[in-house]
Amino acid sequence: MTVFDVQKIRQDFPILKEKIRGKDLVYLDNAATCQKPQAVIDSIVHLYSHDYANVHRGVHTLSVRSTDKFEGARTKVKDFINAASEKEIIFVKGATEAINLVAQTYGKANIKTGDEIIITAMEHHSNIVPWQMLCEQTGAVLKVAPINLQGELIFDEFEKLVNDKTRLISVVHMSNALGTINPVKKIIAVAHEKGIPVLLDGAQAIPHITVDVQELDCDFYVFSAHKLYAPTGVGVLYGKQALLEAMPPYQGGGDMIRKVTFEETEYNVLPYKFEAGTPNIADVVGLGVAIDYLNGIGMESIAAYEAELLSYATAKAKQIKGLRIIGEAEHKGAILSFVLDKIHPHDIGTMLDSLGIAIRAGHHCAMPVMDFYKVPATARASFAMYNTKEEIDVLMNGIESLIEVFG
Amino acid sequence: MFDDLRDLYQEVIFDHNRNPRNFRIIENADRKVEGFNPLCGDRLTLYLQMEGDVIADASFQGSGCAISTASVSLMTEIVKGKTEIEAEELFKKFHEMTTGKDENFNLEAIGKLAVLAGVREYPARVKCATLAWHTLDAALKNEQQAISTE
Ligand SMILES: Cc1ncc(COP(=O)(O)O)c(C=O)c1O
Repeated sequence: MTVFDVQKIRQDFPILKEKIRGKDLVYLDNAATCQKPQAVIDSIVHLYSHDYANVHRGVHTLSVRSTDKFEGARTKVKDFINAASEKEIIFVKGATEAINLVAQTYGKANIKTGDEIIITAMEHHSNIVPWQMLCEQTGAVLKVAPINLQGELIFDEFEKLVNDKTRLISVVHMSNALGTINPVKKIIAVAHEKGIPVLLDGAQAIPHITVDVQELDCDFYVFSAHKLYAPTGVGVLYGKQALLEAMPPYQGGGDMIRKVTFEETEYNVLPYKFEAGTPNIADVVGLGVAIDYLNGIGMESIAAYEAELLSYATAKAKQIKGLRIIGEAEHKGAILSFVLDKIHPHDIGTMLDSLGIAIRAGHHCAMPVMDFYKVPATARASFAMYNTKEEIDVLMNGIESLIEVFG
Repeated sequence: MFDDLRDLYQEVIFDHNRNPRNFRIIENADRKVEGFNPLCGDRLTLYLQMEGDVIADASFQGSGCAISTASVSLMTEIVKGKTEIEAEELFKKFHEMTTGKDENFNLEAIGKLAVLAGVREYPARVKCATLAWHTLDAALKNEQQAISTE
């Protein structure tokens, strides 16, 4: 492994050279979506320029090339999260669709009136609403495991919720609003003791943490490509093969069938059973290239560098009077959510934008988390491997100046 | 450092944000309507005391960003003593000003409210400025349910 060279990495991301309102861009909204390296951008142009046709459908050369690239990306995803087989990697349009898929197939087939589903109080709306919809459809009950003021799951309370009626546990691996990394191995151990499957929402974790689904022993793992330096419009559902085999399909159409007559349809094998219609070929190929790029740097080095950024930013933030960090879990990823005394996050966002700094101000699709902390919104700086300590200095200077202006 | 933002954050806005006017509850108000901007979590309750068709008193409670706080604070000052029709006219003008579609908009004619004209250049912030007025509009139409800018 080579040494981590952030300046070299920055050269690979053309957008980082953009000027915003005349200033150098400081992009700190990576938890919303992160920027793309040139290799990923080029891969899409290259595919459409040289190798593009529909997949799985033709004997002609281009269809074969396109299919090879598309299926090659599936193998890269499989290796990246260490799944046992390509059959366990389903391409969908994002983490949101992956969770909805599980709710509407596994959920509908296995969850009935009076059954219980457990989530936590720090979930993104996409890991709340699909379960509420399923509960409405089935008469099941949604249970919410509480968090403490640091933003950590209260494990004892979570354990108390797990009982013989629990049919599924769906928790976020790393929280987008707080940065908290959940003790997912412990959660899975508790669940599996009672034979309960666990879904991990890895939308935030995937660019920061080495994920090994076999080591975690999770039953489902979902993430979106766009938060992994890859294009928008692609997500991954990982599921254990036995579970996926037993699940009814999600949507009907082309590609997901083996044989169709007007009397009956025989479904295709995994993973195609869950991939009805022409998939997002180019962006899946782009995801494969993003994974190659990340492997070239090494997830371990990325994690180590980002941990350094977070602790630098946290220490600096703590020196600012009137700044309160929201989410101080002991185990945390590179997210700094905060509020300022008497200054609304929206004003913080506009003020920082005028300095070229992009942060997120809002509820981060986690309104229950905002309610818990009794704030209408927070400001959130979220870091990626291409951010630098100098950028954090620019952010902190900006915050100090805007506090002054607001007086 | 924030020179670019002078048009948006004028001193008057900071002043109203620090010391919002009419920030109180009117007990037994004739009209009470809640306004909510789900995007940023701004929430306000507007109270009106009517005398015939004249707004005799206006006040608010709630929390929001500087733009929305200044906007509602200014609004409660200005609509006091105005008839419903006059207030609706002002709402229309304010809306025209903040959405910035009319290049020849006469800023003089809108008086004090002109300090909020800066939001025209910040599409993401227009709703912060208009939340108060949408809430007033609902109150004047006597709509009781909470209104939302989404
Ligand atoms: C924790 C978490 N889960 C799920 C999602 C949903 O991802 P997407 O909108 O890409 O489907 C996000 C995105 O913000 C997230 O942060």
